[in-house]
Parts: sequence; C-alpha cells; structure tokens
Amino acid sequence: MSIERETPGTGREAVHEGGGHETVGNGEHVGGSESGRFRGSESGKLGMWLFISTEILLFGGLFLLYAMYRLKNPADFHAASLDLSRFAGTLNTCVLITSSLTVVLAVFSLQRDRAKDAVRYLAVSIALGFVFLVVKGFEWAAKFEHGLNPNASFLATQPKGVMLYFGLYFTMTGLHAVHVIVGMTILGIFLVRIRRGTITARNPTLLENAGLYWHLVDVIWIFLFPLFYLIS
Amino acid sequence: MSDETKRGESTVKSYIAVWAALLVLTAVTVTTASLDLGKIAIIVVLAIAAVKSTLVVLYFMHLRHEKRIVIKILIPIAIALLAIFIGLTYSDIMNR
Repeated sequence: MSIERETPGTGREAVHEGGGHETVGNGEHVGGSESGRFRGSESGKLGMWLFISTEILLFGGLFLLYAMYRLKNPADFHAASLDLSRFAGTLNTCVLITSSLTVVLAVFSLQRDRAKDAVRYLAVSIALGFVFLVVKGFEWAAKFEHGLNPNASFLATQPKGVMLYFGLYFTMTGLHAVHVIVGMTILGIFLVRIRRGTITARNPTLLENAGLYWHLVDVIWIFLFPLFYLIS
Repeated sequence: MSDETKRGESTVKSYIAVWAALLVLTAVTVTTASLDLGKIAIIVVLAIAAVKSTLVVLYFMHLRHEKRIVIKILIPIAIALLAIFIGLTYSDIMNR
C-alpha cells in the first residue's frame, strides 16, 4: 500500500534537510509552486489521499446497495435493525472516535519530537481498536446465536428484506472490521518503528498517513452506525 | 501541512474540542433516533453523520490546513461521484 511505498522518500528527505528545510518530511513543494513536482513524502501523501478516495467508492458501492434495498424493503429493514444492540453500537462509536483522538495526538507528539508520548498514544489507539473488535465480536456472536448469520436456516425463513439487511450488515461491518484490523497492524508496526527510532520527527509522514487511514476507518463507521443501528 | 506554524494551529486543545463535539453529536444522533421523527429521522441522522465526518476530515485529517489543491479536491470528487451513482440508481429504480 502507499504507506509502505513511501519509504524510499525518506532517504531523499535527508538530502532536503541539508538544503536548509526546516521541517523535513513535511511535504514541501519543490520550487514552491502548485505545479511543482511531488517528491518523497509529498507523493506519499497524495497517494494516501488517492487511496482514501478509492476506499470511499468501495464502501460507497455498498452504501448504494444498502440505500436501494432499503428503498425497496423499508419495513423489513426497520424490523431487522431492532435486533441490533443500540448500546453496543453507541459504545463502539465512542471507542472509535476516542481512538481517532489518540491517533491524532500520536502524530502531533511525533511531529514535535516527543516519541515516547507518540508511542503511548499509539498503544492506547491500538487497545481501543481491540475493544472495538471485542464488542463487535460479541455482537456477531449474538447474531449467530439467533440464527441471523448468512446461510443460517432460520434467516432463510425470514422476509426478503430481513435477509438483505443482515447480508449487508455482515458484509459492511465485516469489511469495516477488516479495515480496523489492518489499521491496528499498521499502527502496531509504526509503534515498533518509532521505538526503534526509524520513524522520527524527521520523517513523520509514514505515521501521518497511517493516521489518515485510521480516521477514514472512523469516518466509515460514523455512517455505518446510524444506517444499521438507528433506523428502527 | 506546509510548515511548522501551520501545524501549530491545530493544537491539542482543538483536537480535544473536536473529540468532545463528536461525542456530543453521537449523543444527539442516538437521542433523535429514539424520538419518533418518522421519515425525517433518516435525514437527521445522516446530516449529523455528515457533520461528524466533516469534523474528522477537516481537523483530524488536517484537510483544513492542506494547501495543495490536488489533495483538497480529491475527497469532494469522490463524494460527487458517489452522489451521481446514488442519484442515477435511485432515479432508475424509482422509474422502472
């Protein structure tokens, strides 16, 4: 992914540093104009945003599917959403929002050369991601118990809209959970790299991009939450 | 994110303020959902979700301080594309 591809850029930044750039790795434009070439961390950041816009379209396709099926089966969707725990959804929303705060504070700390704080904030973020997954796990387990999982014989007896709702629920929250796991992995790797000193205030872009990814995961959940939990 | 001064504008205080706002908006959206608003309910919760994600994108993802136009327009383009997809599909399904 674009996060990893960026590593060669950090080498070039060192050259920049010699040229008197104050904030190395903070994506200065070569030549200082908008039309200037993107270099190093600069192109990494652009790549990350491009990736994020493709992610919006990936989930967008699923949101489109949700919107159209719901349009066709409004009553079933409302009835099915009663089976979700509003409390668990709200809790997870708060957990993810808080983890976004700790990630942004980790980036902030790293940029100001406070690696220890950055490591601490990242550890909290990863722990919050883990809490999110545990809550999600309990929710999914409850659905499986009630025979609402995909391919369950009980679900097959339900109205079409209910089947569609739970199909979408598992697909969308599942894909989102995969993103949470990927995000936690990336944050974990970068936590180790900050401790080892290979990511520092001189090349914070890697962590900044990881932060962007984590916030994206947060934003997607911000939409998933009302659409699945708050429509009954 | 062009230089240290720009970066400094987004201080810890503003991050915490945004975080608090996001939590308050979450509380608001859960409360409105438990009121019986009928058809407007979905519009209200989606509007709140839009406000929340805008806060995250502008402050946590620092798009507010992004100078490069290429990056600034990427997200609006993606959202516009999505709006076109949804709009056209909607009109197709409703007029079949």
